[in-house]
Amino acid sequence: MNWNWSHVDDFMPLFWDGVELTLKALFFGTLIAFSLGLVWAIAQRSEKKWIRWPVTVFTEFIRNTPLLVQLFFLFYVVPEWGPSMSPLTTGIVGLGLHYSTYTSEVYRAGIEGVPDGQWEAATALSLSKRRTWTAVILPQAVRRVIPALGNYVIIMLKESPQMAAIGALDMLGQAQGYSQATFTYEAISVVGVAFIVIAYPASVLLRVLERRLVR
Amino acid sequence: MSADSSTSQEIPNPAVDGSELIRFDKVVKRYGSNTVLDELDFSVASGKHVTLIGPSGSGKTTILRLLMTLVKPDEGTIKVGDNYLTHEERNGKLVPAGEKHVREVRKNIGMVFQQFNLFPNMKVLRNITEAPVTVLGLSKDEAEQRARELLDLVGLGDRCDAYPSQLSGGQQQRVAIARALAMRPQVLLLDEVTSALDPELVAGVLDVLRDIAHTTDITMLCVTHEMSFARDISDQVLMFDSGRVIESGTPEKIFTEPEHERTREFLSAVL
Amino acid sequence: MMSSEFFGNWFLPGIWITVQVTLLSAALAFVIAFPIGVLRTNRLWIVRFLAGAYFEIFRSTSSLVFMFWIAFTVPPVFNISFQPMFAGVLALGITYGAYASEIVRGALAAVPPAQREAGIALNFTPAQRLRRIELPQAWPEMIPPFNNLLIELLKGTSLVSLIAVADMTFAGDLLRLVKNESAPIYTLLLALYFVFAFVLTRGMRLLERHAKKRIGQAPEKTGLFSGMRAKSSIDAVTGTGGAK
Repeated sequence: MNWNWSHVDDFMPLFWDGVELTLKALFFGTLIAFSLGLVWAIAQRSEKKWIRWPVTVFTEFIRNTPLLVQLFFLFYVVPEWGPSMSPLTTGIVGLGLHYSTYTSEVYRAGIEGVPDGQWEAATALSLSKRRTWTAVILPQAVRRVIPALGNYVIIMLKESPQMAAIGALDMLGQAQGYSQATFTYEAISVVGVAFIVIAYPASVLLRVLERRLVR
Repeated sequence: MSADSSTSQEIPNPAVDGSELIRFDKVVKRYGSNTVLDELDFSVASGKHVTLIGPSGSGKTTILRLLMTLVKPDEGTIKVGDNYLTHEERNGKLVPAGEKHVREVRKNIGMVFQQFNLFPNMKVLRNITEAPVTVLGLSKDEAEQRARELLDLVGLGDRCDAYPSQLSGGQQQRVAIARALAMRPQVLLLDEVTSALDPELVAGVLDVLRDIAHTTDITMLCVTHEMSFARDISDQVLMFDSGRVIESGTPEKIFTEPEHERTREFLSAVL
Repeated sequence: MMSSEFFGNWFLPGIWITVQVTLLSAALAFVIAFPIGVLRTNRLWIVRFLAGAYFEIFRSTSSLVFMFWIAFTVPPVFNISFQPMFAGVLALGITYGAYASEIVRGALAAVPPAQREAGIALNFTPAQRLRRIELPQAWPEMIPPFNNLLIELLKGTSLVSLIAVADMTFAGDLLRLVKNESAPIYTLLLALYFVFAFVLTRGMRLLERHAKKRIGQAPEKTGLFSGMRAKSSIDAVTGTGGAK
C-alpha cells in the first residue's frame, strides 16, 4: 500500500474548482428538473390526447435510457443542426432534462394525492382553471412532495460526474485530469469521500424534513 | 399428549391430572402509562376450560398474548407446568428466558387468533403441516395424515388445496383451529375467535370448538363475547376489570347470581 | 451509416457485453441485497447498525466515482490487477446491492405483524419464520421495485464504457471517432437501451405474476402501455416510501 498525502494537498485547489462546477451544474440542473417536471406532470393530465400522448412517450423514453448516452447525444449530435453547448451547459441541460422525467412522476403522485373534493370545491366556487391549479391544487401537492424532490437533488448530485465524460471539469473531471497528468491516484479517493460527505448529511436532513412535512 | 419431537426431552411436560398448569404470579403489564394488568394472580388447572370475560381494555387478550410470548410481562412470573415461561433458573437465580427455553415451554401452547392469521402464501394443507414438519420434525406423510384428520374434524376435508383467500372467514377460522391442534398443544388459547366473523358463520366455528372441548382433555383459555358459548363449554369463568380478576366461579354462578356489582353491570350490558 | 464489418466487430459484441454486465451486476446486487436487507431487521442493534451503515454509505456514493476508484485506485494501491469489466460489475453490484437491500428491508417490514405472531404461536424459530413465512410473503412485493431498480442498473451499465469496457456505449463512441458521424449511432443506442428496458419490464411482470400465483394472489391486470415503471410503494433509489 502506497499512499501519498502530498498528492492530496496538491490536488485540493483543483478539487475546490471542481466542487464549484459540480454545485453550479447541480443548481441549474435542479431548476430545470423541477420546473420542466411540473410542465410534464400538468401536460400528462391534459384532456387533449395530442398533448398527453407525445409527452408520455417522450418522458418514458428519456427516463428509460441512460443519462450518459443522452449527454453524448446533446454534445455531439445536437450541434449538427442546433446550438453548440459547452460541456457545463450540456451537463446542466442533460441532468435537468433527464431528472425532469422523474420529478414529473413525483409531482403527479402529489397532484393525485390532493383529494377529489378540492377539485370539486374549486369548481363549486367557479375558480378558473389557472386559479384552481395555482391557488388550490399545487400548493397542497408541492408541500407533500418536497422531500421526494429533495431526494432527486441528491441523486442528481451523485450522477453529475457523468458530465466529466464530455469534458466538464467537475469534481471527477478535475480528479481525472490531475491523476492523468501526475500518474497518481489519490485524487479519485478524495472525490469519492467528498460525495459521501455531502450526500449523507443531505439525506439525513431530508428524512427529518419528510417527517415534518408529510403526515 | 405432548409432541414427540426429538428436542422435547429436556423439560418434562406437565401432567394432565387436574393439577395446576398455568400460574400467573403478580404479573404487571403496562403500555406506556396505562397499566393493563396490575399484579395479576391466577391459575388454571390442567384440562379445565376457562373463559375470561370483562369489558374491553380489561386485559383479557393481554393474558393470552403473554402466555403466547407475543408480549413480555413488565413484572412478575408466568409458569406453565413446572417451568417458568418468561424466566429460567440459572445458578439458582431467575433470569429472563432465552429463546431456546421459551421455545421449549411454548411448545405446549397453541393459539387461535381473532383475525385467523393463516399464511396466505400456503394452501390449506400446508398451513397445517408446515409447523409439525419444520418445528416438531414430523415426516411429511405423518403431518399430512394428521392434517387431513383434523380437517375432517373441522368439516373441511375437501378444501386441502384451497388458498386461505378462497375460503370464507368461518372456514379460515376452522383451518386455524386445525392448524393450532396439529401441534398437539396442552393448552389452547382462543382470542375472540368469532369476533371477526359474519354472524351466520359464528355457529359453525363454535360447534367445532364445543366438539373439541367435550371430546379432548385439552386445557382451554378463552376470551369471548359469546356468553352462551362461554356458559356451554366453561368449567370456570373469570371476570376481569381494570387488570384484575374481580370474580370467578362456575358459569352457573357467574351468569345467574354474580356477587360483584361490576359483573352484574357487565352481564346486563352484554346479555 | 455503419459498415457491416464494424457492426460485427464492435457493435454486436458491445451489445453482448452490456447484457453480461447487466446480468452479472444484477446477480451480485441480488446476492448482497438479501443478507443486508434481512440483517437490517435484526433485533440486535449492532447488527442493524452495521448493515444500515453499508446501505447509507453506498447510497451516498456516486457509482461512477466508485467505479473509477475500483478500476484505477484499488489496483495500484493494493497491488492487484483485474479486468475492467470485473471492476465495473463489482462497482455496480455493490452500489445497487445497497439500494436493493432497502427493497428487501421495506418488503419484510410490510409483512403484517400478525403473521409473525402466528409463527410464534406455532413455535417456529426466528430463522424458520423468516424463511417459511416472511420472505415468501415479502417476495412478490419486492418484484415491482426490483424491476425499477433493474432498469436503473441497465442504464448504469453505460458507465462501464468510461473505464474502457467495450459495451455498446463504448462501441458507439468508437464509431463516432472513426466515422465522424454521430446522429444515427446515438439514436440507435438510445433506442436499444429503451428496448432492453422494455424487455426487462416484461420479464419482471411475468415473474411477478408467477410469484403472486404461487402465494394464491390474483395478479393485477396491466396493459402493454401501462408505463414501464411498476407502481410500487417502495422507491429504493430515492429511499422514500415503504414501511419503516
